Amino acid sequence: MKFLPLLWAGLKRKKLRTALTFLSIFVAFMLFGFLGALKEALSAGVRMAGQDRLIVRHKVSLIQTLPESYLARIQVIPGVAAACHQTWFSGIYQDPKNFFPNMPVIPEEFLAMFPEFVLSDAGKQAWLNTRTGAIVGRTTANRFHWKIGDRIPLRSPIWGQPAGQTQWEFDIVGIYDGAKKGTDTSQLFFRYDFFDEARNLEKGQVGWFTVRIAHPDQAAEIAAKIDAEFANSPYETKTEPEGAFAQGFAQQIGDIATIVMAVVGAVFFTILLVAGNTMAQSVRERTGELGVLKALGFSNPMVLVLVLLESCAIAVLAGCGGLGVAWLIVSTGNPVPTLLPVFYLPPASLLAGAALAAVLGLAAGALPAWQAMRLHIADALRRGG
Amino acid sequence: MNPSPQPLVSIRHVSKTFRRGAEEIHVLTELELAVMDAEFLALMGPSGSGKSTLLNLIGGLDRPDTGSVQIGDDRVDQLNDRQLAAWRARHIGFVFQFYNLLPALTAERNVELPLLLTGLNKAERRQHVQAALAAVSLSNRSKHFPRTLSGGEQQRVGIARAIVTDPTVLLCDEPTGDLDRKAGDEILSLLQSLNKEHGKTIIMVTHDPHASARASRIVYLDKGRLSDQPSD
Repeated sequence: MKFLPLLWAGLKRKKLRTALTFLSIFVAFMLFGFLGALKEALSAGVRMAGQDRLIVRHKVSLIQTLPESYLARIQVIPGVAAACHQTWFSGIYQDPKNFFPNMPVIPEEFLAMFPEFVLSDAGKQAWLNTRTGAIVGRTTANRFHWKIGDRIPLRSPIWGQPAGQTQWEFDIVGIYDGAKKGTDTSQLFFRYDFFDEARNLEKGQVGWFTVRIAHPDQAAEIAAKIDAEFANSPYETKTEPEGAFAQGFAQQIGDIATIVMAVVGAVFFTILLVAGNTMAQSVRERTGELGVLKALGFSNPMVLVLVLLESCAIAVLAGCGGLGVAWLIVSTGNPVPTLLPVFYLPPASLLAGAALAAVLGLAAGALPAWQAMRLHIADALRRGG
Repeated sequence: MNPSPQPLVSIRHVSKTFRRGAEEIHVLTELELAVMDAEFLALMGPSGSGKSTLLNLIGGLDRPDTGSVQIGDDRVDQLNDRQLAAWRARHIGFVFQFYNLLPALTAERNVELPLLLTGLNKAERRQHVQAALAAVSLSNRSKHFPRTLSGGEQQRVGIARAIVTDPTVLLCDEPTGDLDRKAGDEILSLLQSLNKEHGKTIIMVTHDPHASARASRIVYLDKGRLSDQPSD
């Protein structure tokens, strides 16, 4: 603590330079925070995927549908504990930019399969009792200010509209929450029986199946069994863990994690050079002052620590400041709910950012601190004088 | 019969050579010097005669190639870097020609610097700082930054910083070299008073005969050797 004024004096010696260095690190870590939230959003599906769930889809692509009758055949395969199906509806609410995922499902099977979607008993009962009933996640309900009892019109470019109607209409009977942070609560689910009866094409076809297996360590074996069951049929399947399925989904727009890391890496390398150069310049300018400190009795390790602390102080203060602002902005809400169903800055990213700031401080200050430590006092005084 | 008093500073057979490329420059050769406790010694000589090098050796800022440097009971030339730093903090007060104050610290913070290396608490440090600033008549300028002080005032802050730990020896390298005559005289009077009234041992390097006249003894250094008379 008693060395704090000395540390502070070093920082405020060139106020503008310190401020600019602070700002560059601040902005870099704010970017780090945003990228952390983005990475979380894109990987949430993978992270939240059930370890005991498999996805069965058409072997060619996700766009191809599968017969609903496969459900019964999947359910009897040894090792399968439960199964349900979903179908991409692609319903548009008022305007395409209001995108949110919406799918027809069989309520009982679906809710049993996805315990992470928390729906009240009353909501569940209402859904079972209402053929046009739909449940919607809290994020989307809040986004459009929907409440239970509202009738929601959707247009589907894939499935057209029910006979005699211009659009699909669903009654909101429940609003579900996520069991844990990161659960996607942007989706709307409605009843498959209503959908199948009302649609005019591909009746009896569904998008994909979700399968719960009794023992996650048998995932590969059961996946192979499922695919073998439907081999050489008009609708061959590809079965994979839910995490891999989500990953494949996210990778449709590129390997985001790699892109994010590449951007962060480039930004940090640049910042490291800037901060390192600033520290080196600062130490060079203070050669005489460091010589004086040594003459007064400050030991070489003390001078090393002082320079390192100065470098770390800028990096950690600016880094944490940037992360804090990123966290505040991210906390105010999802700027692109149509693209990112989940958007938050996880504590792990904040901690990683803070640690990275400290590492940046140490790395940027290491060489100048080493040079300061090795300064020969008489030479330093002569140069500084 | 009383034994003759031991010198406080004892330099024996000290040689120092610097290398500049292939060239060897013998700055000090078999140098002998004894400085008694409470003595005010002026060290004079032409530029490049080795005055500052000798001061650096006494202050533990550098080591001799051969010979010994003893201050009190300590063989300074035998201490390692860490011991030397601690020894300087305890025993040596430096006064520099260009004051060498830290520009971002106030006068009192500059004076406090050597005390940061002691075990004193904040209140005790403040007490010592106030006493040192009072000794150089700068109590009223304690909150000022160096850039707002005159050269003479800055040097007085430098002296306060040098004496705040009550060191064994005060080493002054051209303390009036950057000051006008009036300010220089004030600094010399201050040093003289520290020597006479507080018994402080002072070794002062100077070019200026006017400054050296204030010392109790003058030695001349030329071509690496000491004498009591200036060389022609």
